[in-house]
Amino acid sequence: MPKTTSIVMGGVGGQGIVLASKILAQVIQDHQLELKVSEIHGMAQRGGSVLTFVRYGTAVHAPLIEQRQADYLFALEKLEAWRLLPYLRTGGTLVCSTQEIKPMPVIIGQQQYPPQIIPALEALAADGTLGNFLAINALEVACACGQPKAANVALLGVLARTLEFPVDSFLHALAAVVPERFLAANREAFLAGFHAV
Amino acid sequence: MKKLLSGNEAIARGAYEAGVHFAAAYPGTPSTEILENLAAYEEIEAQWSTNEKVALEVGIGAALAGARVLVAMKHVGLNVAADPLMTFSYLGVNGGFLLVTADDPGMHSSQNEQDSRQYARFAKLPMLEPSDSQEAKDFVQEALRVSEEFDTPVLLRSSTRISHAQSLVEVGERREVSIRPYSKDAAKRVAMPANSRRRHVVVEERLQRLRQYAEETALNRLEWRRREIGVICAGISYQQVREALPEASILKLGLVYPLPVQLLQEFAAGVDKLYVVEELDPFFEKQIKALGIAVKGKELFPLTGEIFPNLIAEKILGKPLTVPPVIKADSEEPPPVRPPVLCPGCPHRSVFYLLRKQKLLVSGDIGCYTLGASAPLEAMDSCICMGAGISAGLGYEKGNPELKGKVVSVIGDSTFFHSGMTGLADVVYNRGTTLTLILDNRITAMTGHQDHPGTGRTLQGQPTVALDIGAICRALGVQRVQEVDAYDLAALEAVIREEAAAPEPSVVIVRRACALLDKSAKTACCIDEEQCSGCGLCMQLGCPALAREGRRIVIDAALCVGCGVCVQVCKFGAIMKAGEEDA
Ligand SMILES: Cc1ncc(C[n+]2csc(CCOP(=O)(O)OP(=O)(O)O)c2C)c(N)n1
Repeated sequence: MPKTTSIVMGGVGGQGIVLASKILAQVIQDHQLELKVSEIHGMAQRGGSVLTFVRYGTAVHAPLIEQRQADYLFALEKLEAWRLLPYLRTGGTLVCSTQEIKPMPVIIGQQQYPPQIIPALEALAADGTLGNFLAINALEVACACGQPKAANVALLGVLARTLEFPVDSFLHALAAVVPERFLAANREAFLAGFHAV
Repeated sequence: MKKLLSGNEAIARGAYEAGVHFAAAYPGTPSTEILENLAAYEEIEAQWSTNEKVALEVGIGAALAGARVLVAMKHVGLNVAADPLMTFSYLGVNGGFLLVTADDPGMHSSQNEQDSRQYARFAKLPMLEPSDSQEAKDFVQEALRVSEEFDTPVLLRSSTRISHAQSLVEVGERREVSIRPYSKDAAKRVAMPANSRRRHVVVEERLQRLRQYAEETALNRLEWRRREIGVICAGISYQQVREALPEASILKLGLVYPLPVQLLQEFAAGVDKLYVVEELDPFFEKQIKALGIAVKGKELFPLTGEIFPNLIAEKILGKPLTVPPVIKADSEEPPPVRPPVLCPGCPHRSVFYLLRKQKLLVSGDIGCYTLGASAPLEAMDSCICMGAGISAGLGYEKGNPELKGKVVSVIGDSTFFHSGMTGLADVVYNRGTTLTLILDNRITAMTGHQDHPGTGRTLQGQPTVALDIGAICRALGVQRVQEVDAYDLAALEAVIREEAAAPEPSVVIVRRACALLDKSAKTACCIDEEQCSGCGLCMQLGCPALAREGRRIVIDAALCVGCGVCVQVCKFGAIMKAGEEDA
């Protein structure tokens, strides 16, 4: 069966998951591969969890990814990484920002923000459940580049490290997708992410 | 050239290339982007209508006048538009007419998950259903052709997974189609008994001819692979089946109504075991069984929600696709959920805070403000469909006199124009005493900020009359109409208390633009730790910018837009706008 690569991208509404998936989709397209990208809009955008699926290869049927099927999980917030972990196959790659955004049940004290997410993920990486685990604080990296909104692109830089596409393809795609006036800062954030791991 | 397009972009592109002249819609996830994309083509006149019934009726007029027309809505919008739809079927078209309805199996952003295919059978109209963006584009073109050939409105069903999934599409040029000449034909188009009796016969004959078309059209396709398993499917289910059962033979239906009887029989005869995989209702299954064909469907698959490849493989092959163990984040406790919330600075927040505080019965409606039902605000008793807030509110006090004086109906500005005005007329006419709060954030926010009759701007950006909500309410006979700023807590509290108790109908228009639209520089609020007692009253606002850290309350300055509502809620004067600390 032809190989399809499946990437789950998640975060909190407003963090720029859709833009990150757009850039990635552009890279895949530039390599003449079949692809499908699936987003959930609507209610999810009001600060809720946001989820995008990217699948590519020589032939792609279903646009969706089910539990245990993702080769990569890209999460812009660590609780979202935690939540989305069941999507990842054993030995898959987790790229995650260590940023913390409290959801409403935590804010109003109904639930607790899990305190030990990163150490738990590190343990999963140590025992081989995760094939690869790369974490940075993407927000800090982006802030250092003068554009806090580019945290998504900084983390994309980390993901780029693990994918088969050359870094130039990403820079090319960035220029095609990101508006001119934000391009320089986004390029810088992307490269900072790329070199951070 | 191939472009990566969402299903909605592809539908718009298909309409553009097919020479569509006119398009109308009312927004609704997952259909909204169809019109937003169509609006960008200058060859097409595209409009937001007041509601779906209006959109369909304007579209009917345009098609009768000779134009090629597309009208789009979400599945529940078709309920609103069902009345004109049922009779439009009798009238036939002139220029081609396509109605797109976008279903939402799994209810990613809807109040129900009804199966729109039932409307095709109900209205005796052909319905097409694409399974990816390329088909979405191609099917729009074929649908308009069929519409003109068979003199029928045509339905196209999309779904969240088609509308919001992107795949590669071969894009082409626009083919101009001239507007068909108009000539009066009252015997055909004036639906009254004498004419309709004749027209109903035509509808039934047309359906017979469409059955023949179903046998021949390339929209329906036999895919022969191994013969042990045969699956009948359409739309997104086709992709899921291909994923789950790469070896199975498939009858892929692109025309989901009417069904191709001979093709179904041929397929059934050619395979050992026959299945139907369809989300929601057993729409195909029941029709196929009625033909005397043995088929398995809903005895294996759920009537609710979406159907994914793993389940298909499990039910048909006896084993799921992948079996490695799930990586569990935490075995003991599921991670905290992250539900959608009212944004920082959302003008709806103060309203629900006060409604809860005053212990009023809230007859709610649909929009961002439905989030007022969530914790910690939890200030909504019911929410049914667009427009029901005002009318159900009247029903509360009619049904139980003890509730009189306690009922508040809440409705958004876009929803008021959509279907709130008739309900308000009913309140006045029937001597109701409910208070109606119209939450006027100057936009249709929930679906991504679309204009509406109150904004003074059309879909294609032209300036227009901004309808005056207060004047409308007064014209509908409401004597007590007031306006108040959503950020002025004291004024809002007083006016709600007074008007809820008033012995006659009253309206309060709560004004303040959606916080996401206000692009001006923001000054965040901050907390004076000396003054803060940690009482947590401000936390009852459910603002994402506020959080408790131990005994202390903190404000996230990156999120806070400085609306100042929490400043007014605090009993200790501990919250202030940054820069005003010394004042
Ligand atoms: C019949 C129908 N059409 C469309 C929708 C989708 N929809 C839900 S709420 C809404 C409009 C909300 O706008 P408004 O009333 O102004 O409230 P806001 O979201 O701005 O607070 C729309 C279009 C629906 N649920 N039902």
